[in-house]
Amino acid sequence: MSSKDFLKGFRDAKLVKRVAGEIRHRVSQPWSIMEICGGQTHAIMQYGLDQLLPEEIELIHGPGCPVCVTPLELIDQALWIASQPNVILTSFGDMLRVPGSTSDLFSVRAAGGQIRVVYSPLDSVKIAKDNPQQEVVFFAIGFETTAPANAMAVVQAQKLGLENFSILPANVLVPPAMHTILSSPNNRIQGFLAAGHVCAVMGYWEYPTIAEKYQTPIVVTGFEPLDLLQGILSTVEMLEDGRVGVENAYPRVVGFEGNRAAQGLINQVFKPVDRKWRGIGVIPESGLGLRNVYQDFDATERFQTGEIRTQESEICIAGEVLQGLKKPADCPAFGTLCTPNSPLGAPMVSSEGACAAYYRYGRKNQ
Amino acid sequence: MTTQNLENLTMQGPICPLPHHHTETVVIGHGSGGKMTQDLIHHSFFSRLGNAYLAEANDAARIILPKGSEQVAISTDSHVVSPIFFPGGDIGRLAVCGTVNDVAMLGAQPKYLTAGFILEEGFPIASLDAIIDSMAEACQEASVQIVAGDTKVVEKNSVDQIFINTAGFGVIQKDRKIGGQFAQPGDAVLISGTLGDHGIAVMEARGDLGFESQIQSDVAPLNHMIEDLLNAVPEVHVLRDPTRGGLATSLNEIACQSKVSIVIEEDTIPVKPNVQTACEMLGFDPLYLANEGKVIVICPAHFAEKAINSLHASPYGIQAMRIGEIFADNPGRVLLKTQYGSTRILDMLANEILPRIC
Repeated sequence: MSSKDFLKGFRDAKLVKRVAGEIRHRVSQPWSIMEICGGQTHAIMQYGLDQLLPEEIELIHGPGCPVCVTPLELIDQALWIASQPNVILTSFGDMLRVPGSTSDLFSVRAAGGQIRVVYSPLDSVKIAKDNPQQEVVFFAIGFETTAPANAMAVVQAQKLGLENFSILPANVLVPPAMHTILSSPNNRIQGFLAAGHVCAVMGYWEYPTIAEKYQTPIVVTGFEPLDLLQGILSTVEMLEDGRVGVENAYPRVVGFEGNRAAQGLINQVFKPVDRKWRGIGVIPESGLGLRNVYQDFDATERFQTGEIRTQESEICIAGEVLQGLKKPADCPAFGTLCTPNSPLGAPMVSSEGACAAYYRYGRKNQ
Repeated sequence: MTTQNLENLTMQGPICPLPHHHTETVVIGHGSGGKMTQDLIHHSFFSRLGNAYLAEANDAARIILPKGSEQVAISTDSHVVSPIFFPGGDIGRLAVCGTVNDVAMLGAQPKYLTAGFILEEGFPIASLDAIIDSMAEACQEASVQIVAGDTKVVEKNSVDQIFINTAGFGVIQKDRKIGGQFAQPGDAVLISGTLGDHGIAVMEARGDLGFESQIQSDVAPLNHMIEDLLNAVPEVHVLRDPTRGGLATSLNEIACQSKVSIVIEEDTIPVKPNVQTACEMLGFDPLYLANEGKVIVICPAHFAEKAINSLHASPYGIQAMRIGEIFADNPGRVLLKTQYGSTRILDMLANEILPRIC
């Protein structure tokens, strides 16, 4: 199958309309469904899939944007490290515009800081190898999707004996966030679309316990229009039938066990640690920290970043948006004080952030 | 040095060190305005771009306007592309085509260009010559002449190898009125070909993609295609080349200038499969990627077919398509109709294009 067929197949207009019709046919009452992943939020808005759904279905946008949930403390640490002499900070492109307490990486770069955008964490290892006189720090953000490559960078750096490479560990994990959202007294979520790419790495063996505990159906869902509608249809069918459990609507990519080699690599390098999520708070065992044997590669130790005082915008309601309690347009700053060009909160920055998705695709009636 | 050492020296008579001939790299002296500058100009520039205007070697070129020229179009553009050579073109071809196209977007016939070069000390003269060859070729294709120029050399690391500014001058037929402010409700929106080719080609040449896409930049002079189009359809209201910021940004500019809304149909927008694939992998939207050989044409809907047929006759317009329509409501807004019948807004590019994480 060529890439063109691959994309066209899962975007076929006739099939999309047919599945949307089936969803309308199956729905008999209102349901609130959360898509966890910001990539899914953007696809929904980009293709206008929300407009194809019956009004009974409310899609609630989850905290699955790694840029958005990276805590201010870590961003401020990255800003501080990047502004040190003799340091090259490498980062995925999305992080460059995220506002810290007083600045962002773009501004640090403009002020002379060496900041390089990388597509792969392994590029950072190469930069470290090519620049032995400089300290190279990789801002290791992301969910379980980027964790294996981030782990691989550390393993490679150790193999090469690179003493000038370290990472700022910032990976977060999805299942603990699902626990937090579902156990909140304000929870409105009745069904979950699990993030397909996270499951490609982790499988979905962690989900039956969550579905059972909170009596909530969970459907592993992909990112193309047909994938998303199929995921929503499966969730609606389970909700309408009163079934609880986990289904896989993305079997061409995801298996139950996931990628065991990748999981092994994550476990070899990282251990679960308590981690603060921006806008949400500390979620127990929801982050990945370096295991003791890899402590030498921890930039927070190497640079003694210590306590950094942070200050969030007072107007921004990113926290409530990330928990699915409010929609971006509920924010008084949305589209006025806060735009992708001058963001107050991270969800307006990232290509996966809910506010950016609403801003880019959803203001047509204003 | 001690006397002892001096005694050991074998003197071979007075030595007058001959200066090195700097024929391989640009040195500061090439920008001095003196003999070295003259040598560089004659060797690299005049031999390739020479014409009667340059041959006069005055401080400015004296242009005699064609009879009946009441309107002229003037434009300037600085070119700083990195890397300077990329699949399908180079900074020289870009510098000529970019300005030729800007002038042509007013319905003008570009005639004359000026070219200002800022060279970094140490820049290989062979590369400079290759760039000027490429400019000469583009000038010939576009039927324009470079009539005035300037060369400056700056210290190492003051610029990235070579920057080129070109200004262009063209003549507009007497009653032509074309511009971004003239889109009318009911007009059709056309695009002359596939989107995003230049953006992806340059990113690949930078080594940013991490894979090879075999995508060529579309950089090309569009003035002949546009002149043919305007002869076939004088009723064209707007011409705009969607360079940086891509189609989405250009349409937003036009919607604001003309105080109209623009609705485009997603499934009519031509994008090469390999460009689409590269975009999918990296999280880019081809509607925001730069083009250097495409034009947006807006004309009354009943002339759309005639305009498309005219564009199809040019090698640069073979894939021209009708992609949308102009409306009176929601002035300033650009909407995209998806293939599923849903609608979303198509905003301007907000900032630097950044790849997505996952």
